[in-house]
Amino acid sequence: MMKHLRSWEVFLLCVLIFIIVVSSVVSPEFLTVANQIDLFQLSIEKVIVALVMTFIIINAEIDLSVGSMMGLSACAFGWLYQQGVDARLAIAICLAIGVVGGAVNGWFITALGLPSLVVTLATLIAYRGLARVLVEDRGINGFPDWFNALGQEGFVGPIPFALIVFAILFVILYIVLERTGFGRKTYVIGSNRDVAEFAGIDTRRHKMILFIASGVISAFAGLLYASRVGAIRGDVAFGFELDIITIVLLGGVSIFGGSGTLIGTGLPS
Amino acid sequence: MQNLLNRISPQTLRLLVLIAVIVLLLLFFSTQIENYLNGRLFNRISSSMAIMALIATGQTLVILTRNIDLSVGSVIGFAAFATGDMIASYPTLNPIVLLTYSALIGAGFGMVNGLLVAYVRVPSIIVTLASMAIYRSFLVEFSGAKSITTEQLPQWLTDFPNYQVFVIGDMQFRAGFCAAAVVVLIVHLALTRLRPARQLFAVGSNPEAAEMAGIDSQRVVFTAFVFSGLMAGLAGFMFLARFGNITVVAGLGFELNSVASAVVGGVNIFGGSGTVIGAFLGTILVDLLQTSLVRWQIVSEFWREAVLGAMILISVAADTVLNRRLTAIRAARAHRIALERKAATP
Repeated sequence: MMKHLRSWEVFLLCVLIFIIVVSSVVSPEFLTVANQIDLFQLSIEKVIVALVMTFIIINAEIDLSVGSMMGLSACAFGWLYQQGVDARLAIAICLAIGVVGGAVNGWFITALGLPSLVVTLATLIAYRGLARVLVEDRGINGFPDWFNALGQEGFVGPIPFALIVFAILFVILYIVLERTGFGRKTYVIGSNRDVAEFAGIDTRRHKMILFIASGVISAFAGLLYASRVGAIRGDVAFGFELDIITIVLLGGVSIFGGSGTLIGTGLPS
Repeated sequence: MQNLLNRISPQTLRLLVLIAVIVLLLLFFSTQIENYLNGRLFNRISSSMAIMALIATGQTLVILTRNIDLSVGSVIGFAAFATGDMIASYPTLNPIVLLTYSALIGAGFGMVNGLLVAYVRVPSIIVTLASMAIYRSFLVEFSGAKSITTEQLPQWLTDFPNYQVFVIGDMQFRAGFCAAAVVVLIVHLALTRLRPARQLFAVGSNPEAAEMAGIDSQRVVFTAFVFSGLMAGLAGFMFLARFGNITVVAGLGFELNSVASAVVGGVNIFGGSGTVIGAFLGTILVDLLQTSLVRWQIVSEFWREAVLGAMILISVAADTVLNRRLTAIRAARAHRIALERKAATP
């Protein structure tokens, strides 16, 4: 298994280097710092979700519903705001939706023992459907200024809010993954679930926590997206799940290697 | 009841349950929608499901070997565009040549996937995730921002999907549907009767045991991907014939729909079990639901996707739970019989 993984990492690394080399040959601007920040900012919501997705993939599961959850949360925010709900309360409700959505995924996966690929494929369609039910084919904009400013202007100096969230989350999750029992359990369950069960780890609870985390972070990322773009439609974050998984798989190289250059994943995006 | 359970295999039971669900849905919607149960419903669903039925068949074979092919949507798009481009440039081309051209394009793409998955041993979800994006960008590059329109296509091609093979009452069996049904039937017969096709099940249910039994599992996986590509190529031809207008977004999102159809049809996502007939019924079920929800007055058409997602979840959950029960009942029975035999022998 390990040998198998290593060749896969090497292969991905080669692809990554190839893309960087080709891009910088085609366009000399590619490797400039300004361009990197631009590129990174355009995919910041995806990268934030990718942090949690990393845990789930290490745990040998997958969550395809993240893109739809982002869309559902953004649409729920827009709808609630349009109904006259205070924006702060609306944000809280959206995060709660994320918890519920993640728990639904987690319940089907842990209590019924269904494969996560199927469960989250179904909720990918279902959550997107709910998002469309809420906003139908309208677009909603005109959010409060502070909400838009959060996504569009610098929060501390020129650094946008989302980037700070990413940095904090990155540090926390890195420590959790590498330095805590929870993180070690994630690896153990991922490499051999039966062994983990015999070692007395409550794998169901562990997976449940991960899927709820994935739901709530996706909901949060959906709100970040809404605030950066300043408007929402039914197809917000459509198809993001595959981008996010790609980011994780490319970023997975460095995470397995133990070094924290997840930022490198911003390059090919 | 016990006897009946014993005689019906779990696979057959699954198919019966699927048919029952389809009939129940038909009855339910006929009470909700006026003029629902008639020939036009049959015509509508049979012609819209034909394309998906082909891809779901290819997808089933790949899933049987414990893999997944997410690139089919992009392959359909590319095959449809390239085929349309070909017939637009050479309008006198023989239909058979054109069909072969489309199928070969698909098989070529499938071969690339298969090589990477089976011989380079990169996980299929990664390979096909990447090739989904790559093939789509080939299409964008190849098309040069132009699109194929119906006017560029010869009459015989656009008429093909609506050609009526035979008619029963109001129900027209059109060429597209018949072609898909024939392909599914052939694949089903091959899967149940031919030794090489049985290897797909062997590799999917236990790769190590398959290797020890002398099966070249790499070749089996490779073949499954080539077949899936081939099906996507054929589906691309049908897509071109049915819609006529091909843009760079042709076939977008078909990959998840095909996985959903196969899974609803009882194909085990972990490989090793499932039937193409099941996938065919799954495609009908998904299509029936989508078509009917649009016409259902009580709920807004925006509920369509939400209900579809819930349907998939419920059908898979019910299938798994039912199957587990059944296995447990059978095991208990076998145990009891063994005990009785032991007691009977002095």
